[in-house]
Amino acid sequence: MYAFNYHKPKSLADAQALVAKFPDGKILAGGHTLIPTLKQRLAQPTDLIDIGGLAELKGITVSGSTVSIGAGTKHGEVADSADVKKAIPALAALAALIGDRQVRNKGTMGGSLANNDPAADYPGAILGLGATVHTTKRAIKADDFLKGMFETALDEGEIITKVEFPVPKRAAYEKFRNPASRYVMVGAFVAETASGIRVAITGAGPTAYRWADAEKALGAKFAVASVEKLVHTSNGLNADIHASAEYRAHLITVMTKRAVAGAGG
Amino acid sequence: MNAVTGTGIGASVRRKEDYRFITGQGTYTDDINRPGQLHAYFVRSPHAFAKIKSIDTAAAKASAGVVAVFTGQELAADKVGGLICGWTVTGKDGTPHKAPPHPAIALDTARCVGDQVAVVIATTKEIARDAGEKIVVDYDVLQAVVDPVDTLKPNAPQLHAEAPGNLCYDWEFGDRASTDAGFAKAAHVVKLDLINNRLSPNPMEPRVAIGEHDRATDTTTCYSTSQNPHVLRLILCAFIFGLPEHKVRVVAPDVGGGFGSKIFCYAEEVVCVWASRKLNKPVKWTSDRSEAFLTDAHGRDHVTHAELALDKDGKFLALKCSTIANMGAYLSTFASCVPSYLYALLLAGQYTTPAIYAEVKAVFTNTTPVDAYRGAGRPEATYVVERLVEVAARQLNMDPAEIRKKNFIAPDAFPYQTPVAVAYDSGQYELSMNEALKMVDYKGFAGRRAESEKRGMLRGIGFAAYIEACGIAPSAVVGSLGAGVGLWESASVRFNPTGSVSVFTGSHSHGQGHETTFAQVVSEKMGVPIEQIDIVHGDTQRIPMGMGTYGSRSLAVGGSAIVKACDKLIAKGKKIAAHLMEAAVDDVEFDAGMFKVAGTDKSVPIGQVCFTAYVPHNYPADLEPGFEENAFYDPSNFTYPAGTHIAEVEVDPGSGHVTIAKWVAVDDFGNVINPMVVEGQVHGGVAQGVGQAMLEGVVYDKASGQLLTGSFMDYTMPRADDLPNFDVGMTHTPCPHNPLGVKGCGEAGAIAAPAALMNAITDALGVEIDMPATPEKVWRAAQGKVRALAAE
Ligand SMILES: Cc1cc2nc3c(=O)[nH]c(=O)nc-3n(C[C@H](O)[C@H](O)[C@H](O)COP(=O)(O)OP(=O)(O)OC[C@H]3O[C@@H](n4cnc5c(N)ncnc54)[C@H](O)[C@@H]3O)c2cc1C
Repeated sequence: MYAFNYHKPKSLADAQALVAKFPDGKILAGGHTLIPTLKQRLAQPTDLIDIGGLAELKGITVSGSTVSIGAGTKHGEVADSADVKKAIPALAALAALIGDRQVRNKGTMGGSLANNDPAADYPGAILGLGATVHTTKRAIKADDFLKGMFETALDEGEIITKVEFPVPKRAAYEKFRNPASRYVMVGAFVAETASGIRVAITGAGPTAYRWADAEKALGAKFAVASVEKLVHTSNGLNADIHASAEYRAHLITVMTKRAVAGAGG
Repeated sequence: MNAVTGTGIGASVRRKEDYRFITGQGTYTDDINRPGQLHAYFVRSPHAFAKIKSIDTAAAKASAGVVAVFTGQELAADKVGGLICGWTVTGKDGTPHKAPPHPAIALDTARCVGDQVAVVIATTKEIARDAGEKIVVDYDVLQAVVDPVDTLKPNAPQLHAEAPGNLCYDWEFGDRASTDAGFAKAAHVVKLDLINNRLSPNPMEPRVAIGEHDRATDTTTCYSTSQNPHVLRLILCAFIFGLPEHKVRVVAPDVGGGFGSKIFCYAEEVVCVWASRKLNKPVKWTSDRSEAFLTDAHGRDHVTHAELALDKDGKFLALKCSTIANMGAYLSTFASCVPSYLYALLLAGQYTTPAIYAEVKAVFTNTTPVDAYRGAGRPEATYVVERLVEVAARQLNMDPAEIRKKNFIAPDAFPYQTPVAVAYDSGQYELSMNEALKMVDYKGFAGRRAESEKRGMLRGIGFAAYIEACGIAPSAVVGSLGAGVGLWESASVRFNPTGSVSVFTGSHSHGQGHETTFAQVVSEKMGVPIEQIDIVHGDTQRIPMGMGTYGSRSLAVGGSAIVKACDKLIAKGKKIAAHLMEAAVDDVEFDAGMFKVAGTDKSVPIGQVCFTAYVPHNYPADLEPGFEENAFYDPSNFTYPAGTHIAEVEVDPGSGHVTIAKWVAVDDFGNVINPMVVEGQVHGGVAQGVGQAMLEGVVYDKASGQLLTGSFMDYTMPRADDLPNFDVGMTHTPCPHNPLGVKGCGEAGAIAAPAALMNAITDALGVEIDMPATPEKVWRAAQGKVRALAAE
């Protein structure tokens, strides 16, 4: 780790002021992506602004057909929340699949989304459910939020405050884990929402994306049979020592099929 | 079991050491900090193969807090010797293996990513690392070669002038003529190409070295995470520094796992010791996990072609194999013996195969050095034999259990001289296998397979009837094979005046539980409860002598030395007791802590005898006072633990995911001191074997020589949920040549598991694939099977 100054703001407003003051600083939330990066000396922020303790960023509320989750909410809190389990069980189940218990007790939804690791789980959830990401500046639709590998629509210094998930009619998430890291190798989030069927694929490409063919097929009939013969192209998919693009393409169909079955299709 | 103490041989006593480990109170090497200590940071080559044109250390040296910056030149100027290989293997042509120079810090060439290029010594670790980043090394990057087959090609980059063609040795073993004859008359020949994947050892605790020099006594101490402190001292003194051994002390306190990787003498130990002498300050280096992946000696990495000749009834006639073994960039401390003597001598397995021939080419590549890793050579041999046998059963349409039983060495054939030098001492191979078949419900397998197939899953069962040579080793034998050391062990058993016992052993515990098991041995022998017995290890100043722990040798060799020392104490105690009871020495018996006069009710407890030895007011005139004995034990043979492991798997052909449905291990370790500790060793060994078979594998980029599996993000360590519940059974065929009748259990799981699991997975798939059986590999292989099932 390189040396840095550490700040612990007492309010979101203070945090914003610090972020504005230190252009080469970084926000620290759960630290489960940022700290390993610092330890390996892959980043050299001048200042760390720790938003971990901010009450304004915490909490889960359900009102009507919306589940609202503060950006500082930990994966474990989402996984264990009775409200989330009741309103969107697929979201709680997804959170329970992130990392291990230590990671889930530190890592936050805001940190995960801001980082937008191609192998992260939450991007699949916001895209699959058509969530809205709220920041200190604006509200961004999931479809506009994920821009590319480790890239989001967030501006410099913009802080995610909460994420609003519309409650779907039904939804399920299936994850094939990278055997080493246990991040996503291929994940499929399938939901039947008020605005139609959404199928989000994460882990397979540079960033999570919607699989139009599957959405169309399921729109016609929400059943395993509608997707099991679909062939996903391997063009543009990630390839590494764990999985070729071809294998990932195959797993997309398998995971989607399982998610449809999991959602009762 | 000893009725008096309840803590003797055969008791599943809880491990004494665990309280301090579990409560975070162990003292590991990194917990040691010396007054005035400095910290070392190694600048390592980012290239797999490069000429070092120049190193500019000026900015680093000028940094505040930096005490010194050294390169290989300073070590060379001080005539610091290079790292050595302690076992000379002689090739087919009668010439010794090529052991090119291995400087602790590279002189003009870096030969693998992570090779030491310079060291910064500073007041803190962070300052040292910051300064390290200011060192500018001008490299001339060369084309690297990482693959053991590629490195033998005529146009391959050449690593060492001393090793033309990148060949370390071309070695053979066994009788070629009789093997050829066996193949000539064979009804069936089974051929198999096998890759034994490269593994990163990954003990929980990374390596640490601290050098400290005491000017007043001219004594140098090396604190190290070593598995064999005395051998490390020997190497440092005799080969690296030319220092007298009484002026060098090696301390290896609590060590958090080694699996072989901590047997060796590493560059960082050499540099910390040397720098501490040069600077007159303690110098400490702690590896981080990234460095561990790059610099801890790796394991295995073989490419093998093997053939088995059988008669028409499935009787084995001959076996031959040809292996290329990757040594990495340099020859590590015991690297040469692993793919030669620790490998080919085990190719008979549990079978009567009358003729065997093996040839091994050991080669250099631009990769981390490869050396002994849990099992060392024996997992490779078992993998060759047990994969061949399983494939033979498939090709001959024989039951895999039956083909093995047909070829097992019979229980009345021991001692059994194999065609590959070793003579097995004892064994009951069919007994272990029958027990395993029962435990796994072999008869029910067909039904379980049908049930899996109904769910669209593929089910397979696989066997490994393994053997290993442990209790390493008779000194004269290993000497004749090229070892530079004797492989005895020493022990000193000291009764303190008030009756407690301190046992000093040259074995080294780094997770094995010696503090418990060895105490149980003494408890049994001397009739003292284990709470009264401390096992002391890991310090050359406290332990008379030692050869360390590896090759499942601690109990068989180190434990036997303890027994010998106990026997000497009993003999002495009888003289003291006879004096106290006014009886003849020959009439005194010792049992369960009591010296008794045979046929009378006269007795004295050992505590009184011990006290008398230290307060010898009423004492035999011709006897030395004191109650302490020293013993060395040199085994007369290896021990040969053996057994059968059976794995049953379910493969999801849709995703390639493999679930291990059952694991049965029936091992024969001879007598067992602590069944719980032994079972734990089996669990851990199987976990590592499962890791090798389906999860782990070091991957280098072929073009650049970069390590692609440099962290746990990419190197798949086995986790609890990758593993099934283990059903562990045992048979007990005592070792006839050591006093405890024990054979050793530390490596068995890692030896048996890869073959058992790969046999199961390939049984499910109907296709042969190599380790590690990753999901993608399994999925690809399953495609054919899925089509075949659909056609049925
Ligand atoms: C061993 C391990 C296993 C893991 N496994 C998984 C897995 O299976 N699936 C998965 O999805 N993830 C996994 N992760 C990642 C984990 O979920 C992280 O916690 C998460 O990616 C980042 O969240 P954080 O709160 O820790 O963020 P931090 O590490 O604190 O920050 C990450 C980045 O986001 C920025 N940031 C943080 N909060 C905000 C905010 N509110 N607004 C704007 N920017 C912000 C930071 O500045 C930083 O750039 C794993 C991590 C580890 C260490």
